[in-house]
Amino acid sequence: MMEGTLGSWGVLIAVLGGAVRVSTPYLFVALGETLTERAGRVNLGLEGTLVLGAMAGFAVSFLTGSPWLGVLAGGVAGTGLGALHALICNLPRVNDIAVGIALFVFGTGLAFYLGKDYIHPRAEMLPGIPLGTWSDSLAIQSALEISPLFFIGAALAVGLRWALFNTRWGLLLRMAGDNAEAGRALGLSVNRIRLFATAAGGFLSGIGGAFLSLYYPGSWNEGLSSGQGLMAVALVIFARWDPVRCFWASLVFGGATALGPALQTVGITSGYYLYNAAPYIVTLALLVWVSNPREALQGAPRELSISR
Amino acid sequence: MTDTPPFVEIVSLSKRFGSVQALDTVSERFPPGCFHALLGENGAGKSTLVKCLMGFYKADDGNILIDGRERRIDGPQSVQGLGLGMVYQHFTLVEPMTVAENLVLARPEIPAVIDWGAERADIARFMDDAPFTLDPDAPVSSLAAGEKQKLEILKQLWLGRRFLILDEPTSVLTPAEADEVLGQMQRLTDAGTLSVLLITHKFREVMTYARTVSVLRGGRHVGSAVVAETDEGHLAEIMFGASAPRADIARAERADAAPYLQIAGLRARGNRGELSVHDAALEVSPGEIVGVAGVSGNGQKELVEVLAGQRSAEAGTVRVARQPWTGARSEIRARGVRLLAEEPLANSGVRKMSVMENLALRDYDEAPLARGILVSRGAMRRKARDLIARYNIRTPGPDAALETLSGGNVQRTVLARELAGSVKLLVAQNPCFGLDASAAAEIRSQLIEAHNCGAAILLISEDLDEVLQLSDRVLVMSSGRIVYETPGARADRYEIGRHMTEHDISETPEPEARTA
Repeated sequence: MMEGTLGSWGVLIAVLGGAVRVSTPYLFVALGETLTERAGRVNLGLEGTLVLGAMAGFAVSFLTGSPWLGVLAGGVAGTGLGALHALICNLPRVNDIAVGIALFVFGTGLAFYLGKDYIHPRAEMLPGIPLGTWSDSLAIQSALEISPLFFIGAALAVGLRWALFNTRWGLLLRMAGDNAEAGRALGLSVNRIRLFATAAGGFLSGIGGAFLSLYYPGSWNEGLSSGQGLMAVALVIFARWDPVRCFWASLVFGGATALGPALQTVGITSGYYLYNAAPYIVTLALLVWVSNPREALQGAPRELSISR
Repeated sequence: MTDTPPFVEIVSLSKRFGSVQALDTVSERFPPGCFHALLGENGAGKSTLVKCLMGFYKADDGNILIDGRERRIDGPQSVQGLGLGMVYQHFTLVEPMTVAENLVLARPEIPAVIDWGAERADIARFMDDAPFTLDPDAPVSSLAAGEKQKLEILKQLWLGRRFLILDEPTSVLTPAEADEVLGQMQRLTDAGTLSVLLITHKFREVMTYARTVSVLRGGRHVGSAVVAETDEGHLAEIMFGASAPRADIARAERADAAPYLQIAGLRARGNRGELSVHDAALEVSPGEIVGVAGVSGNGQKELVEVLAGQRSAEAGTVRVARQPWTGARSEIRARGVRLLAEEPLANSGVRKMSVMENLALRDYDEAPLARGILVSRGAMRRKARDLIARYNIRTPGPDAALETLSGGNVQRTVLARELAGSVKLLVAQNPCFGLDASAAAEIRSQLIEAHNCGAAILLISEDLDEVLQLSDRVLVMSSGRIVYETPGARADRYEIGRHMTEHDISETPEPEARTA
């Protein structure tokens, strides 16, 4: 079935390039959710945060002509939604899961409402770093054009893991997630720690959204996100709340997503929709694989509502 | 460990909650190097006193003097620099973190970036001098209860606190662990480098470790003594006043009969997938109380859950009346099996339901409570009135929600429900946990009465005194196994304690393989 000299190499490089491209928003949202959950809260509203971040990023880039300002704007919009989630959850007897779902709907709705005017114009896109100039093949060149945000995300994953174990900030965050009572006994405000963690998580998710609208696919419309924000929550569980494992898990998800389009480029079109479902199947399979009916999740922050 | 402990004085401290005078002009002196026990029943005001001292409550009246200077204590932060530290009954450690991480977390000023090399060196230096040594890299979740208690104490010493308040520190420890912890505390206080205020209701600890003791009752200071010059009987008299609980209960001799409950080779896993019940085997005959002693978390909870039908066993057999047991409602009814789970408000009652409804949970679907598909509230009320009178449940009425009752009355309600009707097998887990001495004595006498009526009773308790007081046979559960058995009359608490801490999971043959 493989035609042309590039054949299977072409598929491999296309999947790899696709994986890198598609994984970036997963990575940012997953890192954000890792921070939030490490502090003891689940924010299911990150899908809404992602979409709002995408809209804000696109709009600011369009208005100012600077895509990096757009990325910042996406982050700021996400910080706002994250902080809102934390503030509502800080009230007594409020359930973080329910608030998350409400903010998911709110964030998407707000983004569609504010973003109506930006559906048609073209905004300034983020530049990519061309790593494929050594090859004559256009396919390889385009596959290996990688966004700087990917490298920032990878560095952030390593940095966050280091920070969780080697900084005051990391220890307090983990304490809030593992034993809130201990934090209170030390006279700390667990709610404030969670406010910062959820807001920071929102910031990262917003950046993930800005990547969607400013790099790949690189436009703003209502069908922009295909559930990355929700899938990232599953991904965090699969990665066992470890930032570096979030990075590898994102790549796996990205690769699964890129499979369909990559096969299409070499002419395999049968089962196209099936391949497009690959990331969802991978999600399901991974979750089934890592879960066990008799065990609570290893490594889960103990204050999370899912591990209590 | 060179600085001396502060001199702490409490002068006529009072605290009122609503209509209850929790603390009534109590005065105490704690000179440096004291080992002072504060004795009293639940609700006597011990916790209120130390919470005022630690700034969790603000006293209505009275003064606190530290090193002769009057201190205004209005919040936990204001005690920080005074050298006072409290070790709570419930651990405040972060389980997934290591010992070193927990120590660093406790510091008031955590550096922004932690230099683990320097911290480790500091901790190693500290451990050289400390009364206990722990591996700094061990995750707290892997420590035994005694080691966690040691870490709590180390944390306070690490922070330079020289006046330690220990709140019921031995409630989760074995006798040997308690001896080690309190013995070390005693050495430090005798050397004058530490003051200890021990809150307890155990006479043994007061008599063995404390040098001075004072007794609270109903918020009042009712007596103090130098331990060497007093005895348990005298202290009990002060502590309980006129209403001293019955010490011993008449019990019928048991007739030997075929075992009613038989457990063999039972394996079950805990919530985190670990093997919690590991080839456990035991038998209970009619008219026999079998007590299972053990440190919390050695599989007792999972064992009870298997018996209650809440957890499925991985292997092994459970037989009741020689028939396989699954915990189905029909089996419970036919074979007269009843359960007193620990924390009754959470595990065996429905907090928002009324006392009357809670009392009907066992037989709401049988005549006379059930009429066809309807439930007769009149019959439920009559039954509830009868049980409330018979079991002396103090409730505003049958319609009061269960959660509005005190702990002792919640336990009485559950006990009334479980013991009404014919009981052939009763499984009781920590039935007196958190109850004051008189409520506990009453619950225990009910258990003896059920035993005298020929019920087989499996008593699973972390309170070794309770097990020794009630049991015909004592078993010890450790790491999910029954590792030791001894007749109740000849039981030696140290021998039992030694077996409680056996953490040997090697494949040694069971000391007791009583499979039929």
